[in-house]
Amino acid sequence: MSGTPHVDILRSALGRARGLGSARAGSHHWWAQRLTALALVPLTLWFVFAVIHLSGASHQAVIDWMSAPLTLALMLALIVATFYHLHLGVQVVIEDYVHDERLKIGGVLAVKALCVLLALICIVSVLKIGL
Amino acid sequence: MRDVRDAQMIARNSEGKLVRRPLSPHLQVYRWPVSMALSILHRVTGVGLGIGTLLLTWWLVAAASSDDVFDRAQWFMGSAFGLLLLFGWSVALIFHFFNGIRHLVWDAGIGFEAPAYDTSGWGVVIATGVCTPLLWVVGLAVW
Repeated sequence: MSGTPHVDILRSALGRARGLGSARAGSHHWWAQRLTALALVPLTLWFVFAVIHLSGASHQAVIDWMSAPLTLALMLALIVATFYHLHLGVQVVIEDYVHDERLKIGGVLAVKALCVLLALICIVSVLKIGL
Repeated sequence: MRDVRDAQMIARNSEGKLVRRPLSPHLQVYRWPVSMALSILHRVTGVGLGIGTLLLTWWLVAAASSDDVFDRAQWFMGSAFGLLLLFGWSVALIFHFFNGIRHLVWDAGIGFEAPAYDTSGWGVVIATGVCTPLLWVVGLAVW
């Protein structure tokens, strides 16, 4: 990166630029992020009021609340949308600020794995409480 | 392997001499308009909420376990440190919620002009400042 500027690869300026553009998957990422955001608007609103309603509740009260089919379905929708949206968002943050290729790909994959794992833990817990 | 993008940063100037391409000025040279501060805050709160999902996961796991485990989780959430975490989580969530809606409206092609995005930015700040204490007053009254 430092020293006198010099070019030491035998490729034309055009050749160097080729292949560094879009991977043609950006629009799906963008769209999925907006759709999950849209879904999370009512789901988050519902969840915040549910948390307030449950503040200081007993274990049995939480079990009773989660046992209603509608509550359980909304919790599952909230979990899926939240972790999907989260992993898309953090991926962009990593891609913007981490410039080392190996660290970047490793970071994105680690975040993906962590989000899938946390989502599964939440789903299993919610099903265990509600069913 | 070296990154070919490094070579992209080198070009000839008008005298035919190889030079590093100049980088555009970055954050430190700009004053901070509200839109820029909120854009960065949107990312910060997003990452913060991501870390906050650990709290949600723990609470759900505890609720799926025994009464004892759940009572311990409930006790932690009600402790001073737990309430501080929940307060930070609520501020981040409410801000990200309102600013996220602002982003969705932009995506629909509305409000992207110079005065409109400043007005909506301050709107988000005010909405967050009003709704956060309001929710806590209601929440603590129920508790």
